[in-house]
Amino acid sequence: MNETNEHIIAAIVEHKPGVLFKITNLIRRRGFNISSISVGSTENPSLARITMTVTGDEATIEQVIKQLQKIIEVVKISRLNPSESVIRELLLIKVHVADSRARSDILIYTQIFRGRIIDVAPDSMIIEVTGGSNKINAFIELMKQYGVKEIARTGITALARGEKSLK
Amino acid sequence: MVRMTGAKALIESLKKEGVRVVFGLPGGAILPVYDALYDETELRHILVRHEQCAAHMADGYARASGRVGVCMATSGPGATNLTTGVATAYMDSSPIVAITGQVPTIMIGRDAFQEADIVGIMTPITKHCFQPRDAKEIPRIVKEAFYIASTGRPGPVLIDLPRDVQQMEADIEFPEDVKLLGYNPKLEPHPLQIKKAAKLLVEAEKPFILAGGGVRLSGAYMELVALAELLQAPIGTTLMGKGVVPEDHPLCVGGVGMHGGVANKIICEADVILAIGVRFSDRTTGRFDSFCPEAKIIHIDIDSAEINKNIRAHIPIVADARRALKALYDEIINFVAKSNLNKTGWIKRVNEVKESARIYLECEGGRLSAPGIIREMRKLMPRESILVTEVGQNQMWAYLHFQVLMPGGYITSGGLGTMGFGFPASLGAKIARPDIPVVDLAGDGSFLMTEQDLATSIVEDIPVTVVILNNGVLGMVAQWQRLFYHRRYSQVHLGRIPDFVKLAEAYGAEGVKVENIDDFREAFAKALKNDVTTVIDVPIDPEEDVLPMIPPGGSLRDMMWRGRVS
Repeated sequence: MNETNEHIIAAIVEHKPGVLFKITNLIRRRGFNISSISVGSTENPSLARITMTVTGDEATIEQVIKQLQKIIEVVKISRLNPSESVIRELLLIKVHVADSRARSDILIYTQIFRGRIIDVAPDSMIIEVTGGSNKINAFIELMKQYGVKEIARTGITALARGEKSLK
Repeated sequence: MVRMTGAKALIESLKKEGVRVVFGLPGGAILPVYDALYDETELRHILVRHEQCAAHMADGYARASGRVGVCMATSGPGATNLTTGVATAYMDSSPIVAITGQVPTIMIGRDAFQEADIVGIMTPITKHCFQPRDAKEIPRIVKEAFYIASTGRPGPVLIDLPRDVQQMEADIEFPEDVKLLGYNPKLEPHPLQIKKAAKLLVEAEKPFILAGGGVRLSGAYMELVALAELLQAPIGTTLMGKGVVPEDHPLCVGGVGMHGGVANKIICEADVILAIGVRFSDRTTGRFDSFCPEAKIIHIDIDSAEINKNIRAHIPIVADARRALKALYDEIINFVAKSNLNKTGWIKRVNEVKESARIYLECEGGRLSAPGIIREMRKLMPRESILVTEVGQNQMWAYLHFQVLMPGGYITSGGLGTMGFGFPASLGAKIARPDIPVVDLAGDGSFLMTEQDLATSIVEDIPVTVVILNNGVLGMVAQWQRLFYHRRYSQVHLGRIPDFVKLAEAYGAEGVKVENIDDFREAFAKALKNDVTTVIDVPIDPEEDVLPMIPPGGSLRDMMWRGRVS
């Protein structure tokens, strides 16, 4: 019951100025912890979808959801069960390429992770990888031996599988 | 569709919401609204001397009338001065709409003169904030603001109006309905939860009802008393719930919490606690982990986020207090055997506890003691009257010793504990209820925080009675320093100034200083009938403690009935 874990919370919110501020401000004020947050538009232009990863025990997550629900612009909010959801994150990583040996190794790793090379410079490459957070973490670990210059992660976004939906 | 300015649209929208009075103070960024007010005959504007008081007055008005209170200020410092009052209303779920001027749209974000990000500042202390960018939006926004402020769990809403939006002419339409996608308060209780709760309550040997501010906000007075009488359950109240049951009712056991009386003892013996419209504040429960650990808790609240926030509920019921209480009553009457409802043993025990503690709560005669004065006030005030308090010892003495006999007859800043709240709130309450006496019970510390609005009370002809329990110190702080900091009185001595009689007279109010209880009786009786505000200065002993109390960090079992000598 008191186990602290990462939980995924998805919310449909009205696409209005200040909504993201309200959500993050509330999380700060109540002392909750979010490790990632991503925002994007939906099939309805007046609504946006926010996906958050929140760390805490059951009671904390219950409070996060109930408190966020009280924000007027939050139309729907629920917790996604990871085993019944599709969870993806996008990684852009700029890796140092010292020599051609490194270049070919990185190419192979990228293929194994089903990533794509999207930019090549004489001494660096940018690679794009999507997947769950574990996969992204594993790829970053692998790249460390070559020298990671810069990382940009989107934070996770997720949808429940099958019939379930937030609407 | 009518062509008018945003400012005019605001005024018309307010009137459509039934607003009759606005508390405020003008300034540069809200000039167009005040210009529209100039021709206004239906809306009364009360000019305050400090914007904080405008917010407290709107709050006091809301609490005394059950309607939405409205306050208004200019941008920047005017708006930030409202924040203490708005935060006070937020903590106590009081419905107010605050309207602020803002610099013109084109200047927002440029650190213009008197610009403050008031939406950013107010967001954590309001239910919602609006900042229209087009005059056309104003009628819809005002309608939504009043709807949000007054429904569900009530609370303050901000409307921040850029000056160009106030000036802008537009074709204005006034909507009839409110449509909010993400706001739909749940009012009806879940029938299954009601069944479970009814069963638990009937089977309880020693049920206890803890009634909070939510009972007042939903007007569930009759339903509460009916259920308590049916169950033969004692009713204790939180600070915000004080008065939801007339305190001379035989089942009423008074206040629970840090300065609760016998109710603290009784709740600790209960096996089932029915908590209604309470948020289990730390001041009510003491330490969360040792709050009645053996009791089963049924928690009714309209705000689902209050369920399991501080205290875990065995049976949560998310609903309007009145509907839930009625449903519980009906369920018990119709479906549950009434044989179990005879709890004479429990009531006998409750009365024993009440009796045993009586001597501690009786005050010693003769000298001017705070409890004695408060009891005299009770005797002289009619049942239908409102006591407003400041914050500190005066508030807690009133909590312990002033019997509230009318629903809504006790107005106090509970959650935020705002010193300076009482006097302006009493003016707002008097505007709402000009027919009954309104008394502000103050301390000398609190009163000085907002006394400048004596001017408002005189100029706007709002007569109230202010009783200052004058001990020359910040009394509650001094009490804690006495009890828990080895009498190291750090920065609490106020020097017994000003002369409150002269201060009152300087504003054109009446001032009286009393030396004994007979003088007080006479002065207070006269003040209640006075058609001008009266300030009564009552010197009391600075060493007098508010007792009993739960020491900080203690549980309800750890009541101190006598002061500790350190």
